[in-house]
Amino acid sequence: MNIKKQFKEGLITNNPVLVQLIGMCATMAITTTLFNGVGMGLSVLIILTCCNVVVSAIRKIIPNEIRLAIFVVIIAGFVTIVDLLLKAYIPALSDALGVFIPLIVVNCIIIGRAEAFCQKNSVGASFFDGVFQGLGYTCVLIIMCVVRELLGSGRFGGGLIDIANGFRFTLDGTGAGIQIFPEDFGASILTLPFGGFITLGLLIALMQYALKRSAKKKAAAEKAAQADKEETVC
Amino acid sequence: MLTNILSISLGAILINNFIFSQFLGCCPFLGCSSKVDTAAGMGLAVVFVMGLASAICWVIDQFILVPLGLEFLQTLAFILVIASLVQFVEMFLKKSVPSLYSALGIYLPLITTNCAVLGVVLLNVQNNYNFIESVVYGITGGLGFMLAIVLFASVRERVAFSEYPECFEGFPICLVSAGLLALAFMGFSGMQIFG
Repeated sequence: MNIKKQFKEGLITNNPVLVQLIGMCATMAITTTLFNGVGMGLSVLIILTCCNVVVSAIRKIIPNEIRLAIFVVIIAGFVTIVDLLLKAYIPALSDALGVFIPLIVVNCIIIGRAEAFCQKNSVGASFFDGVFQGLGYTCVLIIMCVVRELLGSGRFGGGLIDIANGFRFTLDGTGAGIQIFPEDFGASILTLPFGGFITLGLLIALMQYALKRSAKKKAAAEKAAQADKEETVC
Repeated sequence: MLTNILSISLGAILINNFIFSQFLGCCPFLGCSSKVDTAAGMGLAVVFVMGLASAICWVIDQFILVPLGLEFLQTLAFILVIASLVQFVEMFLKKSVPSLYSALGIYLPLITTNCAVLGVVLLNVQNNYNFIESVVYGITGGLGFMLAIVLFASVRERVAFSEYPECFEGFPICLVSAGLLALAFMGFSGMQIFG
């Protein structure tokens, strides 16, 4: 039951980017192709889960005064591991994301979760928190990528999906993606920095609209329930 | 040499502005820009830390990490340098310029997690800059950040008095106005300096 709640929190009600408003630099910078988005999202998911587990495991023995320094060292360690692994096995992704992989160290999501969640919760809960928050982050990245890529260049799945030799997934970033409408018709400005700011802004606005609506509905339902109760009492 | 430095500085301030074209340092840019005064203070502190971090990290990289073959520890070493540097700046300001210290408040320690600082250090290594180029890139990158945050703060002061849909309250309207500023900065991208 608790896991279900954590799942919902990570993906929707407490989504790291759309609700907590953290970790936005990379979100806006690298979401130009689906390949980058999925790669970045999964890297963050892995690092976040590992850090959450370690921080939560040692939460009782770290002195309170220097906890942030310790968190940063743990995070930097895992980021270095992932960075080296990507360089060795998926060099195309490492090239495409460039400086943004080492910059996961200062991504507020990871240190934020360590500070806000893992310090107070068990290893198991922290593990699931890492997975679900990471998934929430990945989902936002994927939505941003799909929107920017589709409207910007009329393509879907650039770098990741190759249809030249039958439908298959590529890991070397060479897949051209599926051309949905001719590139000339796309608003290419969406793939530039301007598009990153605007798309994220509209996405957060949409999220705020949806959350407000559901809150209103809930309040109305509660009111109705209360009215019902009062009637029966009478 | 001089033209090189000039092209690095103009590039860092205008053409490849850290915020509007590289998305480095967006969190403090959005979080600390509701007033022009605090924005300017934040910008100054970032210029200082970025310049100093570039210098120190270059020395550490060239004289400790590279000779020992420990380049893979760069991220770890740099973030530790930046964290201690920010701590040091904080203590220094508290002692000698208490007015600026209290004006910056919580944002001072948060410079540690400003990705522009770690970003500039990593980019220095990536671009193989020498000592002077690194320091120039650090300082001018900081100046670019400061220009962006001060401009954006003055835009936000205006936006606060205008009407917009309810669901755009808070961050979304900031992001949209930042996007429009980025559009303006795109005008510089056509500039070519010295071939």
